[in-house]
Amino acid sequence: MDSSVALILAQDGIVNGAIYGLLGLALVLVFSVTRVIFVPQGEFVTFGALSLAVLQTGAIPGTFWLLLAGTAWVVCGGIMSIAAGKSTFGMSFTIAMLKISLPAVVAASLILAGAPRGGLAIQILTTLVIVVPLGSLLYRIVYAPLASSSILVLLIVSVAVHLAFESAGLLFFGAEGFRTPAIVDLSLKLGPLFLSGAAASVIVVAAVLMLLLVVGLGMTVFGKALRATASNATGARIVGIRPDRAGSLAFSIAAFIGVLSGLLIGPMTTIYYDGGFLIALKGFVAAIIGGLHSYPLAVFGALFVGLSESVASFYASAFKDAIVFALILPVLLWRSIRAPHREEE
Amino acid sequence: MKSMKMLQGIAICAATSMVAVVASHADIKIGATVSATGPAASLGIPYRNTLGLLPKEVAGQKIEWVILDDGSDPTNAVKNARKLTSEDSVDIILGANTSPIALALVDVASETKTPFIAMASSIRIVSPMDDKRYWVFKASQADALMVGAIADHMKTSNVKRAAFIGANDAFGESFWAEFEPAAKKAGIEIVASERFNRTDTSVTGQILKIVGAKPDAVFIAAVGTPAALPAIALKERGYNGLQYQSHAVLNADFLRVGGKALEGTFFPTGAMLIPEQLPDSNPIKKVALDYVTQYEKQFGAGTRATFGGHAYDSFLTFANAVPAALKVGKPGTPEFRKALRDEIEKSKDVVGSHGIFNITPMDHIGLDNRARMIVTVKDGTWKLVPQLP
Repeated sequence: MDSSVALILAQDGIVNGAIYGLLGLALVLVFSVTRVIFVPQGEFVTFGALSLAVLQTGAIPGTFWLLLAGTAWVVCGGIMSIAAGKSTFGMSFTIAMLKISLPAVVAASLILAGAPRGGLAIQILTTLVIVVPLGSLLYRIVYAPLASSSILVLLIVSVAVHLAFESAGLLFFGAEGFRTPAIVDLSLKLGPLFLSGAAASVIVVAAVLMLLLVVGLGMTVFGKALRATASNATGARIVGIRPDRAGSLAFSIAAFIGVLSGLLIGPMTTIYYDGGFLIALKGFVAAIIGGLHSYPLAVFGALFVGLSESVASFYASAFKDAIVFALILPVLLWRSIRAPHREEE
Repeated sequence: MKSMKMLQGIAICAATSMVAVVASHADIKIGATVSATGPAASLGIPYRNTLGLLPKEVAGQKIEWVILDDGSDPTNAVKNARKLTSEDSVDIILGANTSPIALALVDVASETKTPFIAMASSIRIVSPMDDKRYWVFKASQADALMVGAIADHMKTSNVKRAAFIGANDAFGESFWAEFEPAAKKAGIEIVASERFNRTDTSVTGQILKIVGAKPDAVFIAAVGTPAALPAIALKERGYNGLQYQSHAVLNADFLRVGGKALEGTFFPTGAMLIPEQLPDSNPIKKVALDYVTQYEKQFGAGTRATFGGHAYDSFLTFANAVPAALKVGKPGTPEFRKALRDEIEKSKDVVGSHGIFNITPMDHIGLDNRARMIVTVKDGTWKLVPQLP
């Protein structure tokens, strides 16, 4: 391996590592706020990339109907709770229902306004409007009613959601893969390195997003509420933070990160309806390296996973994934020796 | 839209199984297990679509179809085959569009003494011939035949150094096992052998290694659209040599995903992909055109996929064997199944959409060099390359 090969491999590893890092951060965030191991994170990657691809063919992606169905479910649930006498019809109820329906309405009007035939920017916007709200809808419909269940129950539910989303993906997008156009069309030559617009945008967007997360979590009221819920849910509740709001926000952020990751890697590789899972699984390895609670360690873990993956693909391509996933073993061992075992409260 | 087509296919399936319920017992029953969902769905869907187009009557006998989905999972496929043979007592099993599935079904077919025509690629499905494989046939070209076509074409193109990158699964391994000796025989040195996964986000490492080995030609062996990833990465790295792909990628989706990077790449194929470009003297032309016209009428222009042709061919060999088998026994009896097997084994000059079948007790595929051609991509469409040596 000479220096130019090493440089190219490092670049490749950092680009992939940045994606794993983003997904790892989302997993840490969701887990610390809601104790949910968010297995369907990968499906947001595929839904994002493939919805954009379908919009580009001039059709309406199936995820739009999923958004409508989810919205209708929540709204019907609200109306039924009035019928059962659990809540009352009034101003606050109407506002809540309008808030929930808003993304569906915006998405519908964007599609009616001709987004499938519009430019790339409008299509990306439409994709975000369609897929990101699925995160908070998912939380409201599936996880919020189970909020006090054990981690194991939440994990099993996550696996179920993952399988349901993956099958929905096959129905929406078919078995074949898609590639989406690069957001930035550019190709730079730096010595032996060849930097494409897609790769550059991954690094830039990942860095900006990570910075936003740091600032958002550290300085805004919402971020502080999330952190409070993460460190002590009961305490946060006592001081007036609603855990379901925090959960909903965490899921929205995770969905946003997932969709964005999908849009970022769409131009670099072919995305399949079931491709997101493996990508998110590598993000999960990164999150595990961060102990599912440390953001900086998760990012470090992600770069480590990305770099070892690209080196492994050069030296022993047949064993690449085995090598990457075997890396998690020593980390788990170290963690179990270092951290005393605690019963789940 | 893809999903609409899928719904259409499901509707056809539902309709055929409805017919199955109504029909009486003396009809011939065909059981099929296809991967309409799961990772192999891009192969399974054209198979299933084709089964829906096939005639409902052969030699005056009504045909009942029982088509099941195995979700690309061998365990499910075995379950399906058990159901087909025990509950539905079918006379023949068609299907199994991946090699692991077809290999798993060999046992079921031989145990229940039911003839079975597989559509998957591995030669292990019908070779070495033994008591179990006695009941098994294969409608698709042997990997060796197709890899041989590639090696021959490399040789005539003066390739001295070749590199291989295959899918990290049974398919890739099987092609590697065929390509290594074929290249050696053609006097070609293999300078790199790499693997990649269908869902990989990048193949940079593998491609760097291949480009570094300075090959004259690269052979990419993977099923369906995933095979486009290395092709695109090679072009991005500035590789300008020849590229070859296997016959498991020949559909419109592959051209869509691969785009410009596929221009000039060579592919082995049966006649079904490009019947319009064959000379009228070729007997395969008419059969292949018939099939392609029917298929594209139903599913849209440009939707032809060579995988569907195998389903068509398996039905043709079956239909060819039916009249003689009917003389021996009634459908639904072990005698009829045995006779069907014996007659399929005697298939002589049965013209299919991919090639011409001459099945013998030792060769349960029966395809020869007439079932291999080389095509290339020119301006986004398949183009027949003149005569192989």
